[in-house]
Amino acid sequence: MSTTREYIHPEISPEARPFWDAANEGKLVIHTCRDCGRGHHYPRAMCPHCYSADLEWKETDGHGEIYSFSVVTAGKDLPRYVIAYVEIADRVKAMTNIVDCDPDSLRIGQRVKAVFRRSKTGQNILLFSPLESL
Amino acid sequence: MEKLQARLVGAYEHPTRFAPDKSLVQLHTEVALGAVADAGLSLSDVDGYFCAGDAPGLGPLSVLDYFNITPRYVDTTETGGSSYVAHVAHAARAIDAGLCDIALITLAGKPRSENKSASSVALALPADRPERDFEVPYGPTVPANYALCAARHMHEFGTTSEQLAWIKVAASHHAQYNPHAMLQKAVTVEDVLSSPMVASPLHRLDCCVITDGGGALIVARKEIARDLAKPGLRILGTGEAIKHQSAGDIDLTFSAGKWSGKQAFDMSGVTHDQIQYASIYDSFTITVLMEIEDLGFCKPGHGGGFVAEGNLISGRGKLPFNTDGGGLCSNHPANRGGMTKVIEAVRQLRGEAHPAVQVPDCKIALVHGTGGSLGTRHGAATLILACED
Repeated sequence: MSTTREYIHPEISPEARPFWDAANEGKLVIHTCRDCGRGHHYPRAMCPHCYSADLEWKETDGHGEIYSFSVVTAGKDLPRYVIAYVEIADRVKAMTNIVDCDPDSLRIGQRVKAVFRRSKTGQNILLFSPLESL
Repeated sequence: MEKLQARLVGAYEHPTRFAPDKSLVQLHTEVALGAVADAGLSLSDVDGYFCAGDAPGLGPLSVLDYFNITPRYVDTTETGGSSYVAHVAHAARAIDAGLCDIALITLAGKPRSENKSASSVALALPADRPERDFEVPYGPTVPANYALCAARHMHEFGTTSEQLAWIKVAASHHAQYNPHAMLQKAVTVEDVLSSPMVASPLHRLDCCVITDGGGALIVARKEIARDLAKPGLRILGTGEAIKHQSAGDIDLTFSAGKWSGKQAFDMSGVTHDQIQYASIYDSFTITVLMEIEDLGFCKPGHGGGFVAEGNLISGRGKLPFNTDGGGLCSNHPANRGGMTKVIEAVRQLRGEAHPAVQVPDCKIALVHGTGGSLGTRHGAATLILACED
């Protein structure tokens, strides 16, 4: 089984603060443009597709699909971990870890759901876990 | 009509792979002196200087102070390991524009003696990097970033670990003739597959070496090149591009080489079957596989079949590559492989490669560099070089 890592402290830039606050409530939000309708990630202060400043935070159901993943061997005595890109909305992929899973049984295209773990400083970090293991 | 008149006239690769007793700027100095000597020039002739993020201190200010020269033109384009490939193009354009006459490009680094892998740098991104909070917590080592590309390539195209392993096999076949190569033993597909998994699907032997060392290049005005001891090389085509996550819409199945390669081929008028030798950036085996596709040597998704059965081996395959052993086996100084890619192409075009790997009558060569990470954001630079007619 994959194991728990220590998650480093995010610095939290001002424009991304609502993303982190939502994470602390167990919610996944995507910064979405009111003008062109597209979402993006990581969150920026402008829409990186049409450059509008009229953005909103849209909460998702937290479901996603593994676009690619790798099982990383961190060191001889350290636990393996799974790094991945997960598609969290239409044309929006996020780098993440897949947790609570057997790394050797994961596959691209697998459905996953957002879960959160606290960093050392108590900030929730967005992670994903296979749907069927929940 | 040639679009660029300036010539590539000097190249030097430091023989060291481990230099704990030398300073970083000392290595820059040794490669600079090596390259000007190779060109039959002196450091005092240099009036253009190019360096990137590996240079110490304030880049050109610190290095040129140490050299005690005052060039009238400097360029510090930083696109990771591809910087030095781009610098050749920038130097040629600066010379053709009359901004300088003799340009020096240097790279040096000591990651091996300082125990600094590219991953240790990637995992310690400064707080002001906009992507930091959304990547660093997840442990994106450099092999892991490239592994994400490899896994997706396998998923979409059926590429296999055996096919990737052939790239290391080819590099190691060449490295056995390079007395300076860090890894000089020819390996088999089985050796690669049985090496420890670093970041699935990439094994330890899918990765490049970590070495101290460096290299330097000289680009000069055509009229100056004519009078030098060794023949200058023409720069027929150049291309540069960057690719990133596209604000979340990332596609891991191709690299910026798709765009830089097209520019270089279009500019040169050269066709793929005219390329007799290729220096292909080889931070990992998957890097080579994707670049061969992106540069157009085979169709997207067909790289696996292309590299299998030794097609990259000089004297045996369709596209001899990295005949010095490349970053995969010989040298990857400063965790940046672009400089050594240009240098081996120069050797091939001059007929100075090891006889066992020299491409007979090599007249046209391609150089391709990548910098940053294919799994997140990267730069690409392509050169098509040729002998004088």
